[in-house]
Amino acid sequence: MADVKKVATRDAYGKALAALGAEHENLVVLDADLANATKTQTFQKAFPDRHFDCGIAEANMICVAAGMSTTGLVPFASSFAMFASGRAFEQVRNSIGYPHLNVKIGATHGGISVGEDGASHQCCEDFALMRSIPGMTIICPADGVEAEAAVKAAYEMEGPVYLRFGRLAIPVFHEEGFNFQIGKGEVLREGTDVAIIANGLLVYEAIQAGEQLAQQGIDAMVINMATVKPLDEELVLAAAKKCGKVITCEEHSVIGGLGEAVCSLLSEKLPTPVKRIGVNDEFGHSGPAAALLKQFGLSAEHIVEVAKDFCGK
Amino acid sequence: MTEQEIKSLQAIACKVRMGVIEGTHGAKAGHPGGSMSAADMFTYLYFKEMNIDPADPKNENRDRFVLSKGHTAPGLYATLANRGFFPVEDLPTLRHIDSYLQGHPNMNTVPGVDMSTGSLGQGISVAAGMALGAKHQGKSYRVYTLLGDGEIQEGQVWEACMFSAHYKLDNLCVIVDNNGLQIDGPVDKVMSPYPIDEKLKAFGFHVEVIDGHDYNQIEAALNTAKTVKGQPTAIVMHTTKGKGVSFMEGQASWHGKAPNDEEYAIAMGELKAALAELEGK
Repeated sequence: MADVKKVATRDAYGKALAALGAEHENLVVLDADLANATKTQTFQKAFPDRHFDCGIAEANMICVAAGMSTTGLVPFASSFAMFASGRAFEQVRNSIGYPHLNVKIGATHGGISVGEDGASHQCCEDFALMRSIPGMTIICPADGVEAEAAVKAAYEMEGPVYLRFGRLAIPVFHEEGFNFQIGKGEVLREGTDVAIIANGLLVYEAIQAGEQLAQQGIDAMVINMATVKPLDEELVLAAAKKCGKVITCEEHSVIGGLGEAVCSLLSEKLPTPVKRIGVNDEFGHSGPAAALLKQFGLSAEHIVEVAKDFCGK
Repeated sequence: MTEQEIKSLQAIACKVRMGVIEGTHGAKAGHPGGSMSAADMFTYLYFKEMNIDPADPKNENRDRFVLSKGHTAPGLYATLANRGFFPVEDLPTLRHIDSYLQGHPNMNTVPGVDMSTGSLGQGISVAAGMALGAKHQGKSYRVYTLLGDGEIQEGQVWEACMFSAHYKLDNLCVIVDNNGLQIDGPVDKVMSPYPIDEKLKAFGFHVEVIDGHDYNQIEAALNTAKTVKGQPTAIVMHTTKGKGVSFMEGQASWHGKAPNDEEYAIAMGELKAALAELEGK
């Protein structure tokens, strides 16, 4: 797969902001001294007057964004996932979530693929934190094309949105201009033996796993569930009904993320065996992203192993 | 300001304080102390200073007010009700189940409330965001925010101060209600925020220090704030917690406690007498 084009979703975020900024005067961007890393710098270069650096003060930035949104602007507040969702959790909860303000949080460097920076910066808790806030929409796109579409969709919807992007360049598999809808999962492969529901960089791994499993006689359904909340319940239930087994894959703790959202739904509406692939209640550590993903079982190889075991093969 | 004008504002503030007592008594909870200390500032802002219209509470060009010390919602609600945003008769439903008068300000249920607050230290940042939003869009409205002197122990307050000076938010006026008391006791015993004025100056503010119960000083400080360019203004107002009710004045215990029936009667009696005197009856 050496010829596959790779793009980091954070790069797509910056590019999408700049494109949207050209169309919409009311789009403003806030950053906390990380514009070069979150890639809001791309927007800053195009629209310096609409980019506000808040310094290393994420709590203030989140509330400033809340205030700006009440004046008719649409702020995208950006930082690393760890700080946007973690450090500023209570600000997001009380000043954006509770009043349900039209603020978009662009959180980059999600998951352990942050790599060498290590555990302090490898946020695997953000879905859990953001899911607990009523009315919060959470999107974790699977590639650069979907990331751009998600930024546009987030701008176009009214209300708070948490967008999770990655640092690592990952394969682009969506065609330009594909139809992204918030709250709608995407069936990438039909199958009947097991449903693999993934998001973020695990989607491409799930596609690879689906192909490998097919060669070994297991017919896997593969779903891209970019929107963690609101969950596409209809699709999850249909997939569970059809396959009778579900595997969830996410670059996040197995606690509180996509896996638990799927389990919660299924346990109440259609009890179905589920295997969750994610970070198993542990902290990450420093290392090259690719090696870490392999070590933590966030790979096509591991999905194949789990699926084979699950299907008794 | 003429004597008559001052008396008329004092009379309104008296009604605001009565509203605080009605609200907290009706709720059997809530925060009268800091509501009463800020009652004169609330009154001046909503009855003299701010460009607001109860008939059009969401007008995009209105001045904004963010109650960063959100627990003094009884004071804000009593002011808004007396100003005509909603019926004064509703004040005793404060904190009741199914009442729109939530324990802390809710911008989506209470007419006239510009921001939902309650978690200390966040309102000032929101106000800074509003002020930056106004400047960015070439709007001339002003943004006011009221903080407690205990609240400024929150680190986020100083992040917001740094931000406000950095972006030269001269359309922002930060008011600190320096009543000297917080839940656990005197602010300088719990965790001294002093010197408040010097700290704010060091963070880039133009600072006015006033008596928060003196309408001439309130007016002068707010007028000065409008002439200050290139930096935000902070008004540190010395006040008396529980101001207007003898047994509440200067008592930390009245920070977050409601008057019982007997205390309610005494408090209302004192305020009614004060009102009658102000109205020359």
